[in-house]
This record gives sequence, structure tokens and C-alpha cells, in this order.
Amino acid sequence: MGKKKKKTKLTLTRRRSAKGFLFIVPWLIGFLWFYLRSLFMTVQFSVSELTVSPGGGYTLDFVGLDNFIYAFRAHGTFKQVLTTSVGNMLIDVPLITFFSLMLAILLNKKFKGRTLMRAIFFLPVILNSEAILAAMKVAASMMVGGLSSAGAEVSEAASTGVSVGYYIQMFSNLGLPNSLIEYVVGAVGRISSIINASGVQIIIFIAALQSIPGSMYEVAKIEGATAYETFWKVTFPMVMPHIITVVVYTVVDSFINSDVVTLAYNTAFSEKNYGLSSTFSLVSTLITCAILAIVVRFIQKRTFYYN
Amino acid sequence: MDNAAEKNKAANTDLVAVNPKGLRFLKIDKNTKSRIADDLKSFILGLGRWVILIGVAYVILGPVLGIISRSFFSDADNYNTMVYMIPQSPTTDRYEIAFDTLNYSSTALSTILYSLTLMVIQVLMCSMVGYGFARYDFPLKKVLFACVVVMIVIPTHTIMLPLYMTFANFDVFGIFGLILGNSPNLLGTVWPMYIMTFFACGLRSGLYIYIFTQFFRGLPKEIEEAAYVDGCGVWYTYFRIMLRNAIPSAVTVAIFSLVWQYNDTFYAKLFNISDSVLLSKRVATLASTVGNVYKIYDPNILQLYLDAGIVLVMLPLVIIYIVLQKQFIEGVERSGIVG
Repeated sequence: MGKKKKKTKLTLTRRRSAKGFLFIVPWLIGFLWFYLRSLFMTVQFSVSELTVSPGGGYTLDFVGLDNFIYAFRAHGTFKQVLTTSVGNMLIDVPLITFFSLMLAILLNKKFKGRTLMRAIFFLPVILNSEAILAAMKVAASMMVGGLSSAGAEVSEAASTGVSVGYYIQMFSNLGLPNSLIEYVVGAVGRISSIINASGVQIIIFIAALQSIPGSMYEVAKIEGATAYETFWKVTFPMVMPHIITVVVYTVVDSFINSDVVTLAYNTAFSEKNYGLSSTFSLVSTLITCAILAIVVRFIQKRTFYYN
Repeated sequence: MDNAAEKNKAANTDLVAVNPKGLRFLKIDKNTKSRIADDLKSFILGLGRWVILIGVAYVILGPVLGIISRSFFSDADNYNTMVYMIPQSPTTDRYEIAFDTLNYSSTALSTILYSLTLMVIQVLMCSMVGYGFARYDFPLKKVLFACVVVMIVIPTHTIMLPLYMTFANFDVFGIFGLILGNSPNLLGTVWPMYIMTFFACGLRSGLYIYIFTQFFRGLPKEIEEAAYVDGCGVWYTYFRIMLRNAIPSAVTVAIFSLVWQYNDTFYAKLFNISDSVLLSKRVATLASTVGNVYKIYDPNILQLYLDAGIVLVMLPLVIIYIVLQKQFIEGVERSGIVG
């Protein structure tokens, strides 16, 4: 595809581009048919009242912004579910990102039993099914003691002999800000869900760490950098572009598993209120996209691109 | 030399200072000292790593082991607070009943067949699209690739209703309507999933297209040029040469696709795919079915049956994972997952 070719043999270039187009045609059809059309339909549904006709089709009555007004003014749980879902997302995403980066660094070093450890850490990716997760939650709470039982609710930890309240009291007596303590306690409480949600992220970070050229570490060593400096000056900047990938994946993943989606699903298929369900989907997706745009821009400004 | 150093440890300091040989020993002594310090440091670091890794591994494995051990509990074990992990009177009743209720052998077979065929289609279609994006120039390429990213970012959950409606009366420009008289309802069958996957819009296809695009971008162009010079056509080059080279990322995508398809309950529920086809959907109703059929009304006991069912559901995946584990991790490291 050099420029020389373009000048002399335009037909060849055109033929090649046509062939290239053939490769993506199936996807393009699918995208237009399933995605673009559906997105358009979701917007359409959200401003109309949908009634399913007995023949299998449906009719739409334009109602303007009624669904939106109802969702925000009158619906019992939507606002609450939306804010908790978004709040959980905002708490979880940084925790998952840093946790998976830390574990990837630990797993990337050579040590005995590394293969086994990696196999264990990818297990949550394999066992990521709704039914399995639900059963595991019950099993975890049945196993008395252990972190996983503390995971669901910190208050449960009282039965393990560790008095969480005592430590909270102690740290707040030290004069640490309350919000910080709450965040840390929340993080400890979420530890099992964070670990279970960071399988793919660990994989991405391990692949990223593998792609850092070893010569960089050699140079850092020769220059006398400590392990701490090496991390902040070499590893972290080189991994930075992949943090965006991880954040995008994590945000989307936590949105898929959030309660808003469940609410939208139930509104559509249990209550048969299709218009309202579309409104829920649309609003939550827009908020997620806005968060993504802000976060990605924020990280991008601070990212160093090697290439 | 170490032996000699130890012998000389007790030697007089004066002697060491005067004797050049002794000086050498003194030097060695210093080296061993710093070596011991280094050893201690790396030992502590290694210990810290193992403490963290084992702790996290426990959080991951704990519930899994819990499910496995509880699936062998008898009724008495379940209520005996002294029993922890190891059942006093183990029973395989749970498995027998769960096996029957799930109709395991046929359901598992059809689920694996379903996931495997979808996996093959995913790998073929997504690698093709990824190859097109990575190697060819065509108008609006950047916009179209942005659409792939949109597919990753906007989950199918947003568009579930229109998808449901689309397949509830499935029609392409009224063609089916003309031939059959009415547009067919594809809900309740596996066809919606196959159709969507064939058009590279299946479960997380956007992600797979992205992975393949990044991988093909990293491959040297010389491979294809050599093929063209030797007279290969575009399709021959793609199928016989590029796809061969893409095996690392193909393995990654294949395993992701297989596992996620196997575990998927969202599409299964949305398209109302029959319980007898999908294990992951069937196991959701296992507890209530066992309760109804065997007249068991204690939810704690029913949970044991569910545990056995979950172990049965996990089994094929775990076997596949153990077999392909090495290729998977190597594939992840070499594939373009990070671009």
C-alpha cells in the first residue's frame, strides 16, 4: 500500500481496498442491523408507549419525555438503584485497577509454583457464571471464619472473633478522617468481590508487563535505581496505556453486573413496561459513557506513550 | 574456601592485619555478611509475596472448596456445627439426584456443542474482521473501527429490548414474510445466538475483533507479501497463512469465547433458549425442581443439591481449563490483547 503504488496502479489499490472491505462486510451488516438499529430503537422506545399486539408486532404511541419524567419523579426505586450502582462503580474501579496491577506484578516474577498460582488467579474468569457465583456466595457465608465470610458484610466478621468495630473506633480515635476509614473498611469488606472481578484485568496487566523490554530494567539497574524507583520510573509509565484498557473493561463489566441492568430487565420482562425499561437502559448507559469519557480523558492526559 | 574461612575466624586480629592471606579471608567474611543480608532480604520479600498470594488464593479457592465439600454432606452433617469442610458421613446422594434432575449427560453434551460451535464461528468471523481492519485501507476505516469500540463500550444490555423484538418476529426486508406468510418467531431456539455470532455481533465480539486487529497489526507484512509473490489469493493467504500465524490470539479468544458462552445466562434468558439445551440456565431451577419432585422443603438441604449441581456444571470447564491452561497463558502473553 505504498504511495508509489497508489500513483502508478490505482486500480490495484482500489481492488485491494474492495477486498479488505469484503473482510469486514459480515460485521458491518451485523453492526448496522443489530447494534445501530437497536440503539435507534431504544431511543424510540424510550419516548413512546409500547403495546405488543397479539399478532406478534407492536405499536408505538409517542408520549414525549413522559417516561423520563416518570423515572425521575415518580418511580419508587430507580433513582436510588442508579445512584448506588454508579457509586459502587466509582468505588470499585480504582480498587480493582490497583489490586490487579499489584497482583500482576507479583505473578510476573519468576518463582516456584508460578504456573499453579496463575491458574488459581484466572479461576474467577472461568467460573464467572451467575448461578455459580450465587452458590459460591452461600458457600462462602457457610464456611465459618475466613475472609470470604467477612466479605459479604463486615458486621458478620464479629462471629470470626475479629471485632471490626474496635478497629474502626481505634482509627477514628487517631484522628483519621471518617470518610477515609469508611472507604478502607468498605474496601476490606468488598475484598472477595474485588478479587473475583479482577481476573481479566490481571491477564491484561501480565501481558502488558511482559511487553516491557528487559533492556529498560537493565539500564535502570546500571544507573543505580532502587526497586521503588524502577517501579515508578519504568514499570508504571510503560503500563499506563493499558490502565485505560483495564478501566474501560472494568467500568463496562461493573455496569453489566449492576442493579440498574437488573431493574431494566425486570421492568421489561416482568412488568411489561417496555418504554420505561428503555428509558432506564438509556439513562444508565449515558451516565456510564459520560463517566468513561471523563475518566479516559483524565488518564490519557497523564499517559506516556512509548511508541 | 569457606572451610578455611571458618577455621580462620578464631584467628588473632593482629595476625590477620599483618598476614596478606588473612586480609583475603577478612574480605571474604565481609562478602558473606552482605550475602546473608541479601538472602534475608529476598527471603522476607519472597515470604511477603507468598503471604499475599496465598491469602488471595484462599479467597478465590475457599468458596469453591466449600461447594465441593458441602456437596458430599449428609443431612446430619449439614446441621452438625462440629463438621467443618470434611463430612462425617459423606454421601453421593446429592450427585445422583442432581445428575438425574439436570439430565446431565445430554444437557452437558448439548451445552458443550452449542458453546463449541459458537466459539468456532466467533474465532473465524472475528479474526476475519480483525484482519480486514489491520491490513486493508478502505474509506471510513477509522469511523468503522470506532464502531467496534462502541460495541465494546455499550453493552448488549442497553439494546436488549430491540433485540428481543427483532427476533420475536424475525424478518429481513420482508423476505420471510413473503415466503412463509408471517415472520417467524425465533425466540426459544438457539438461532438468534448463531445469527448474531455469524455477523460478528455475538457475546463480546467487539472485544475479540479488537484483540485480533491488534495482533494482526503486530505481524510483519513480509509474510503476506511473500505469499502474494508466490501467487496466493487474498482468501488463501488469509486462511492458510495469516490464520495459522494468529494461533496465539486465536487460542485466547477461543477460550474466552467458550467460557463466556458456556456461562452466559443473559442471552439465554433474553432469547428464552430452552433449559434442555443450556446447563447454566437449567442449574438455576435445580433447587426448586428437586424440592418439588423429592418433596424436600428445607432450603438448607436443597442448597446441598444445588452445590452438587454447581460442581457438575463447573466440571467440563475446569477440565478444559486444566488441559488448555498453558496455551491460554502463553497465548495471552503473546497475543495482541494489550496492543
